[in-house]
Amino acid sequence: MEANALHDLTAAYALDALDAEDTRAYEAHLARCERCRDELASLSEAATALAYATEAPQPPPELRARILQQAQRERGNVVPLRPRWLAPVAAAAAVAACVAIGLGIWAATLSNRLDQRQAELNQQERVAAILAAPGSRTIAFERGSLVVSKSGEAALVVHNLKKPPSGKTYEAWISSGGASPKPAGTFDGGDVVAFPLEGSVEPGASVLVTQERAGGVDAPTQKPILSVQS
Amino acid sequence: MSGADSPEVLNRFGPMREYRSMARSFAHLSDEAVVALVARSDQEALAELYDRFGRVAYGLALRVLRDERLAEDAVQEGFLAAWRNADRFMPERAKASTWVLTFVHRRAVDLVRREERRRAEPLSDTVEPTPSESAEEDAWLRFERERVQAALRQLPDQQREALELAYYGGFSQSELAERLGQPVGTIKSRMFTGLARLRELLSEPGHGETAWKPTPSTT
Repeated sequence: MEANALHDLTAAYALDALDAEDTRAYEAHLARCERCRDELASLSEAATALAYATEAPQPPPELRARILQQAQRERGNVVPLRPRWLAPVAAAAAVAACVAIGLGIWAATLSNRLDQRQAELNQQERVAAILAAPGSRTIAFERGSLVVSKSGEAALVVHNLKKPPSGKTYEAWISSGGASPKPAGTFDGGDVVAFPLEGSVEPGASVLVTQERAGGVDAPTQKPILSVQS
Repeated sequence: MSGADSPEVLNRFGPMREYRSMARSFAHLSDEAVVALVARSDQEALAELYDRFGRVAYGLALRVLRDERLAEDAVQEGFLAAWRNADRFMPERAKASTWVLTFVHRRAVDLVRREERRRAEPLSDTVEPTPSESAEEDAWLRFERERVQAALRQLPDQQREALELAYYGGFSQSELAERLGQPVGTIKSRMFTGLARLRELLSEPGHGETAWKPTPSTT
């Protein structure tokens, strides 16, 4: 479907009035089109107002208990924790705080190995600094966010990424203009992966992630599993 | 605004004895802050989110599905989707209420599209109001309902019809085009113009959010 036709789907999408195929096409478009994201934000608010125009009888009391039980079953083992380094982040923009919450969960799953832990803690501090920096921008995509500070330092947060097969790793790339992608660090999967990218992300640059052999390579050899434009 | 402080609600959720004090500590938090706590796997925060929006969500799901059991399913799955996705909530993109009700609405629409038999029924709002435990919440919901209904009444009939059939009926734009005997382009433009106008009407003074808001009970 052409881009112009996709712009026109915003109201229908806000009303959940697209079929499955149009929904997919529109969501893919949404990831690239800031104008539509802005318009959707304001039209969704109007659409949701319609929820308040109906009579609202009390739901049965069991429903509340059922939701809470099911929620606990799904994630009962996660204990909220507040590592000390999160404190400055708490004062930052709410969006940064939301990403940092993901980091808190990630921190809980860190390995006990001290050397690795130290390296990862250093990474966390860098990520926290990027999140907390005034003027940092968050670019959300379906499975996470890219946060870019004014100076071009960037952190990538990805959710629910399967561990790579043995002998493989994930590798991030920064691609600016027509230049070939530059390696920006390797990482393993996990429920929440958050790490600082090596290298600067200029406005308009893309960040890609591919699966490569362990240790990383100099140029991507596989199709990206995700791609986000800053 | 939720009646979370009323003893009936608290007793129902027996195992969590601390709930009363927890509920109090949430009272001053914005909806968005509550979602941020939900993202930390804070179950009490999820309970608070439900207490704030569960009733509107259920009313909406019932309007779309016209079946109590299915409406409960839609609400449950909608809130669990919020629980799973809370760390992706972006307060600069949406109010927490919009965000959570969108999950519930999407689920209700999915379900009603599978329930073909319901689609032929008339779309009147047949739900009977039931007495609430919290007079304060009742008053606030009634206020909101009247405010949005008044705005809807000001829309041209064709725009209102398109919005209502889409949002409450769960019809897709192509189904609407067929049902109303109009090109899809016409339906799209009715939905867009109607929604944009509704947004304007709701933000006008007199329609807009007034300073009138229920204050949490302190007893």
